[in-house]
Amino acid sequence: MKLRQLSPWMAGVALIALPFVYRDPYHLHILILILIWSFAYTSWSMMGRFGLVSLGHGGFMGVGAYVTALLWNHLGVTPWVGIPIAMAAAAVLAVIVAYPCFRFRITGHYFVLVTLALSGIVLQVITATRDYTGGSLGYTPDRTKGSHLLALQFDDKVTWYLIALGVWALGLAVWRWVDGSMDRYALEAISEDEDAAAAAGVNVTVEKLKITVISALMTSLAGALYCQYQMFISPDTVSGISVSLQMVFAAIVGGLYVSLGPTVGAVITILLAEVLRIGFGTKAVGWDNLVYGVLLVVFIIFLPKGILGSMVEKLKTQAKPLTSRRPSAPH
Amino acid sequence: MTDIFDIYLLEAVVNGILLGGVLALLALGLNLIFGVIDVTWICYAELVMIGMYGMYYLVQYFGLPYYLAAPLTILLVAALGALLHLLVIAPLLSAPPINQLLATGGVLFVLQSFATVAFGIDFRNIGIRLPVLQFAEMHFSYARLLAFGAALTGMVLVYLFMTRTYVGTAIRAIAQDRQIMALMGVDTRRIYLITSALGGALAGFASCLLVLQYDIHPFVGLSFGPITFLICVLGGLGNFVGGFVAAFVFAEIISLGGLFSDLEWGYVLAFAFFIVMMFIRPAGLLARRR
Repeated sequence: MKLRQLSPWMAGVALIALPFVYRDPYHLHILILILIWSFAYTSWSMMGRFGLVSLGHGGFMGVGAYVTALLWNHLGVTPWVGIPIAMAAAAVLAVIVAYPCFRFRITGHYFVLVTLALSGIVLQVITATRDYTGGSLGYTPDRTKGSHLLALQFDDKVTWYLIALGVWALGLAVWRWVDGSMDRYALEAISEDEDAAAAAGVNVTVEKLKITVISALMTSLAGALYCQYQMFISPDTVSGISVSLQMVFAAIVGGLYVSLGPTVGAVITILLAEVLRIGFGTKAVGWDNLVYGVLLVVFIIFLPKGILGSMVEKLKTQAKPLTSRRPSAPH
Repeated sequence: MTDIFDIYLLEAVVNGILLGGVLALLALGLNLIFGVIDVTWICYAELVMIGMYGMYYLVQYFGLPYYLAAPLTILLVAALGALLHLLVIAPLLSAPPINQLLATGGVLFVLQSFATVAFGIDFRNIGIRLPVLQFAEMHFSYARLLAFGAALTGMVLVYLFMTRTYVGTAIRAIAQDRQIMALMGVDTRRIYLITSALGGALAGFASCLLVLQYDIHPFVGLSFGPITFLICVLGGLGNFVGGFVAAFVFAEIISLGGLFSDLEWGYVLAFAFFIVMMFIRPAGLLARRR
């Protein structure tokens, strides 16, 4: 048991020490991308694990990225202020759409399609206001006019790696915090049977709204971070339906019921895309998504708990075959 | 208000009606699947995209005339629909509805990237240009007029099929109660397969008409796919008449919104209208109040 408690700390130290020992810029770049997207996928899974499947997260991510960049370019507001404003905007958007959804008991298919409309709206607004946002051609935050720290722009990959690592760890911390709270039990009850949960005294609307806002805040932070790191955003890379589907896909492949599942999903999807890109060059265009799509279908049919989720479950049943009386693993 | 303004307004209204015809046709097939199998085909518009490529290759490479290529394309997409049901939906019939929806999301990726890999990302055009109809200083696309007429015909044909044939009756019965019908000696699996093929055929039919209006590229599905889902939900999932009405409401909002500003704002308005309507009438425009 000692080792189990120590291992997260050891892994953390190893991850922090990594860039000081090994500083190949390309590999660091891949690691940073994996960390940022892991955080985004984790944010999606915060809701997804409770049966609140949203295809609107592309919208939240787009708001995070674009509000931050627009404030910096047009008003000169530093991202240190811009990011909280962007997160607040995403949270407000989430409440506007989600509150009536939950209040009027819009669930399942209908919830998915309402959130789909949300990401459609954000995508179209970005495209329509092309005088400010550059439309579908994309948008670049202005290069720093002074302090790098104030502009949150760093040329140095190590700095970015540490920032991304910190945010990723924050995501896991939030996950743990939700996991240990009463809200988790309430939300699990809601995802099993909403009416029964309401009858048992759970405030269904408030509980769902809480987790939605948390998820939207985190997703918009991921969007802002992605924008600051890549220094280029376009409606197709940070908003819209394909980004939303990409989040769902990675979370499901990794396993959305375990905290590290979305991270495993990000590692698999990004490595897959990179390997194909290097292996096939420009011929690989389209192949990565082809493999993604097939994997997504295969996983949903055969392994709905994802790679990590299924592994954890198998290990548990092998180690302690007589645990059936205990409340089972979170699912 | 000047006269010119009114002409533009009228033109936008009529074009909205014509656009509504195309959208209604798209919504029809999706509604059929929704209503009978209770599954959302997120990849529906991608089936249409594949159909459009089918038309392109049949007409451009094999030199088939349009009216011969169209039935072949409809058959091809119908077969794809049946295949989609057998490979993806059938194993998931007892899974949570969300899983079915996401699995078809995976199929969306597969079809899109298959088209990218196989056909490239170039914009292609079937090379048939229908004349533009001019009437009292207003311009209407002949292709849209054709699509409008075809959508109405399609609606009537599907209606007749559903009410006048044994299979159609069985389909409607299953949509009402899927457990009991199996006990009544109806082969549920067969009916599902037929419905999927029919839904695919309608997608193929739509692609034959859309190919006249739009350039073909692997991501063309994204430009009308989301709208189609929203229309189906707005009309009430599985409610054919509701879907038909919703298609025209949506098309008018897009067309009129686009008149006063950019086309994108028309879409934004339509999406916002959808979200508001979900709160006011969650069961669809024409749902009876309970």
